[in-house]
Amino acid sequence: MTEDHSIEGDYERGEGDHRIGHGDHSIVSDHTAEITKLDEVHYPVPDPGHPEHLPRLTDVDVKAADRATRQVATFFGLVPVLAIAFAVVYFAMPGDMYFDFGPLRANARNLGLGVSFGLALLFIGMGAVQWGRTLMDDHEMVDYRHGAASADEDKQYLITELQKTADEAQLTRRKVIGRSLIGALATIFLPMLVGLADLGPWPTKKKRAETIEATIWKEGIRLVHDVTYEPIKATDIEIGQLVNAEPENLKDLEGTAFLVEKAKAAIIIVRMNPNTIKIPDSRKDWQVGGILCYSKICTHVGCPISLWEQQTHHLLCPCHQSTFDLSDSGIVVFGPAARALPQLPITTDADGYLVARSGFTVPTGPSFFERDSRHDFKRGDN
Amino acid sequence: MAKPAETVVVGPTSDASTPQKELGPVFRRAAPVTKWLDDRLGLAGLVRPLYRKVFPDHFSFLLGEIALYSFIVLLLSGVFLTIWFKPSMAEVEYQGTYQLLHGIPMSDAYASTLNLSFDIRGGLLLRQMHHWAAMLFVAAMLTHSLRIFFTGAFRKPREINWLIGVGMLVMGVFEGFMGYSLPDDLLSGTGLRFMDGAIRATPVIGTWAEFFFFGGEFPGDLVVPRLYMVHILLLPALILGLIAAHLALVVYHKHTQFPGPGKTEANVVGFPVFPVYAAKAGGFFFIVFGVCTLMGALMQINPVWVFGPYNPGEVTAGSQPDWYMGFAEGAIRIMPGPGWEWHIGHTTWSWNVFLPLALPMGLLFGGMAIYPFIEAWVTGDKSEHHLLDRPRNKPTRTALGVAAMTWYAVLWIGGGNDLVATQFHVSLNAVTYVLRVGVFVAPVLAFLLTKRICVGLQRSDQDRLLHGAETGVIERDPSGKYAERHRTISVGEQYALTQQKEPLALNPATVDDGEDVSARALRLEQLRRGATRFYFGNVLRKPTRAELEEAIAHQHHGVGHGDGHGDGHGDGHGAGHELTAGEDNPHFGTESEHLAP
Repeated sequence: MTEDHSIEGDYERGEGDHRIGHGDHSIVSDHTAEITKLDEVHYPVPDPGHPEHLPRLTDVDVKAADRATRQVATFFGLVPVLAIAFAVVYFAMPGDMYFDFGPLRANARNLGLGVSFGLALLFIGMGAVQWGRTLMDDHEMVDYRHGAASADEDKQYLITELQKTADEAQLTRRKVIGRSLIGALATIFLPMLVGLADLGPWPTKKKRAETIEATIWKEGIRLVHDVTYEPIKATDIEIGQLVNAEPENLKDLEGTAFLVEKAKAAIIIVRMNPNTIKIPDSRKDWQVGGILCYSKICTHVGCPISLWEQQTHHLLCPCHQSTFDLSDSGIVVFGPAARALPQLPITTDADGYLVARSGFTVPTGPSFFERDSRHDFKRGDN
Repeated sequence: MAKPAETVVVGPTSDASTPQKELGPVFRRAAPVTKWLDDRLGLAGLVRPLYRKVFPDHFSFLLGEIALYSFIVLLLSGVFLTIWFKPSMAEVEYQGTYQLLHGIPMSDAYASTLNLSFDIRGGLLLRQMHHWAAMLFVAAMLTHSLRIFFTGAFRKPREINWLIGVGMLVMGVFEGFMGYSLPDDLLSGTGLRFMDGAIRATPVIGTWAEFFFFGGEFPGDLVVPRLYMVHILLLPALILGLIAAHLALVVYHKHTQFPGPGKTEANVVGFPVFPVYAAKAGGFFFIVFGVCTLMGALMQINPVWVFGPYNPGEVTAGSQPDWYMGFAEGAIRIMPGPGWEWHIGHTTWSWNVFLPLALPMGLLFGGMAIYPFIEAWVTGDKSEHHLLDRPRNKPTRTALGVAAMTWYAVLWIGGGNDLVATQFHVSLNAVTYVLRVGVFVAPVLAFLLTKRICVGLQRSDQDRLLHGAETGVIERDPSGKYAERHRTISVGEQYALTQQKEPLALNPATVDDGEDVSARALRLEQLRRGATRFYFGNVLRKPTRAELEEAIAHQHHGVGHGDGHGDGHGDGHGAGHELTAGEDNPHFGTESEHLAP
């Protein structure tokens, strides 16, 4: 960088016309000539300077210019028409009218409002761009850059003044002021942080045991259909069938409590041929004649699992495709889940309805740090 | 600008020395008002440096504009939506006009979204515009960042602006995800369930973060109002602040420009803000606004009434997040689970969830953030750059970028592995296994391929320089040989093809006896030199002036010498100019020399 082609200097503000491409484009070529002379070794071709300006069709043909003017004015002129059309649609079009385009169906009001407003906006834009492209002067202009760094003089000024003001404020002599101020500013964030400590209840051991580690399942709770809340008899379920179910006491809840409990307690009941599936010794009495019950909540990130492959006994989560083998205590056979689906021990009551023998023996749903996962079923357990 | 006319006639000229014209009627009327304002604000002085500020023209510079304008559309449509949307998880019974959900208990958030969609005139249009504009906003930011990356516009002095851009991209992604979660329909609730599982999986602090985020157990009744606050206040304010800083820096640094005759590191060539960019950029705002509106009118998006209210016991197959979360979703999906969860004592370390979320996000956004500094360290280049790189002239950078895009694309496909399986009738498991391998292999292949393509393109530039451009005219010489006539390319093109700076690949440093270099500094320097060989080794070097002059003189020999052009020279130059480390290169002195003016 030499002084001559200073990018330090301000660009020439309003110094007449700095358009290039016609008449005098010496400013550009002067600079580049200087540069290329210096760097001849590295740059084999010198900058030939800004290319000659070529007029557009609209610059040389009045008819073309008139045509472009008409185009611009037409775009702009259509906008008021469309704006009025919008108002007409808004007030006059009923909300339940639909247009059918073959397999597609569109709400007429939404379509009318959107198309009129959208085209109005589009036409303003297209008119303006067409105006800019075809009619506005298209001689390129040049600005000169200055380095991003500030001038040495300014830097020097600030450094001296900084020192001076520090002295004036007595900061350099009475250092304890500065130090204590830093301490004060650093700790003032503490109240702001502490103020956020009540964002939610603290998941202490006790709190976890009441919330994420617990469900409303307990001994004797009936398994009911998830929509109708009808209790389910063991004899109602056929081999290969899968039923979405809930604990009967869920229907006593509503609102947030209902959602919170449902998100942990939802189950699926499945009946398989007991002779073709693996039932570990420790879970012999968790099932009723091949009827098994598992948590419906994926152990990955908690989606409700629902895709049942009857022949393979696999249950697939539609969110991330974790696949669990229900004929092998719910172990993971594919996908991103790492832990078997918790199984709910069930039996039948005096009336033949399916009931829970106990609550879930491990927490349902996705993993969390404090979860004791040593008692979950693992491949090869018995 | 429009296509130039064929005939060259003298363009319109305006003479700077014309005496000041008398004011027109509009200006005369406006004069008292502007004077009143100027007396109080000093407007003329503020506007003067900006009024005729020059911006260069290139289609790729529009990508950032699309991002800016779609953000404005988001603000405008968002304000409309807040008038009716109720960010409450309180349970209500739906009583609106959509018959299929009549009498169903649902959250107020979902009910008010249905109300917006069916009962508020224009509500559906604005909802759909808002969603489309959000998709466009993130897409435009991402493609804009690709343009910046591949042209090297992130180099000094624009590193801070690049970081601001990365910040906006991250915030844009989260802003979009939060908006998607607000209506509390089945799909958005499933997204929140995923977020809950993901937060919870964080080692050590997961449960605390979950309880603090949701105000207790999932789903609770606080998360929608909290997300709403972040979505309409916190993040938009932050993004708006960053936009202001981003634009201020663009004005301060002045826009970069592509190299070409008359364009130097010291100038910026283009059109002034007034009148040209006022019309073109202002017009483009209306075009983006108009396109968003037409998309809202014609293309259905997120029909929440089809999904029903959130129910933790239900989910639809094919549930997908919006596109910009696709890569994270893909990472989550293709991650193998078994073996990746540790059970130590009474703790659970859920790497199968935490890693595929934290790693890709960290790699993508973290990698973007540090890249400019890595490249600057490798090149040792401390100079300012205002001329953009043609991507082919930086083969290694371009190849790294394409490798990253490929990696992103593989993850993104993973986000729809179930749809790939169902649409193409292939096994879901096979798709997943292929992607698990592909996420590591495909970027490497993309890197190698892209680098070769870049060098190939450099060769074709070289060919135009040394052998001229093909004319399509076939000539037969007296001996009966056919050859195509080549014409020497214009000086302007020659300049454009040779103006780039060529950094050096460096041999390992040697230390003379007695030279005082610490072992650590030496190791670092050797590492850097290794990196220069990775970056700049085996790329094509441009011809020297002597070679160029000789080649051009050769081109002027004319007919009869055509036979030599095609084969002999092509090969000779191609191979001869591969720049390898340690080659005695007369073009450069030291690696830190600032070659650009």
